[in-house]
Amino acid sequence: MNRKRPVNLDIMTIKQPLAAITSILHRASGIFLLVGVGFLIWMLNQSLDSRQGFEAVRNLLQEPFAQFSLWVTLSAVIYHFVAGIKHLVMDMGIGETKEGVKMMSIGVIAIAGVLIVLTGVWIWA
Amino acid sequence: MGMMVRSVTNWGRSGLSDWLVQRMSAVVLAAYTLFMASIFVQNPDLTFSEWQAFFDVTWVKLFTLLTVLSVVGHAWVGLWTVATDYIKPAIIRFFFLIVVGVTLFVYLVTTATALWG
Repeated sequence: MNRKRPVNLDIMTIKQPLAAITSILHRASGIFLLVGVGFLIWMLNQSLDSRQGFEAVRNLLQEPFAQFSLWVTLSAVIYHFVAGIKHLVMDMGIGETKEGVKMMSIGVIAIAGVLIVLTGVWIWA
Repeated sequence: MGMMVRSVTNWGRSGLSDWLVQRMSAVVLAAYTLFMASIFVQNPDLTFSEWQAFFDVTWVKLFTLLTVLSVVGHAWVGLWTVATDYIKPAIIRFFFLIVVGVTLFVYLVTTATALWG
């Protein structure tokens, strides 16, 4: 074996298959949601606490930064949800071929993308 | 099913129970997400009274509590896996998992207080 052959372990220049990208996004969105869920639970707690708390949350969600935070959090929920459904489908033995995985990865990106855009419309329109 | 692999930081549970917890909690989380999304889409101008009345229904409280319990289990298994994969020094990994555990406990208590407090 030629020990001097070039080796590329730079993660930024290795070409990742689509399935690898959808998988790492599933993890990244999950890690982010540890914080994101805290934001949602905090809003639930405030909004149920009192009429003032409810109005405070309503007013907060008029602020651009809060709207953006909500959109990012809901986007993580949506992506994690759709990628999770793919996981459950594959647990049932569906789409376990190389082509099947590619098709489902495209499906995850497309469905999550559409839902994330619609959520943005719901928040800002 | 062969030998169960155990390690100190997964608190004596097995990979199989992790797998089951992750799937069952995922189904609950997916159901609650769809449920709440439909509530928000169908009621764009919720008032405080409506919001409070909605969360005053016992099965809504229980569904919400079950969902937060699912968050605790799901996030613990997920972040335990991620920590085991990416955080190599045991001390830092242990500290990270303590932060995760405390955070999830606070989420559970906060939600229970919001619902019954």
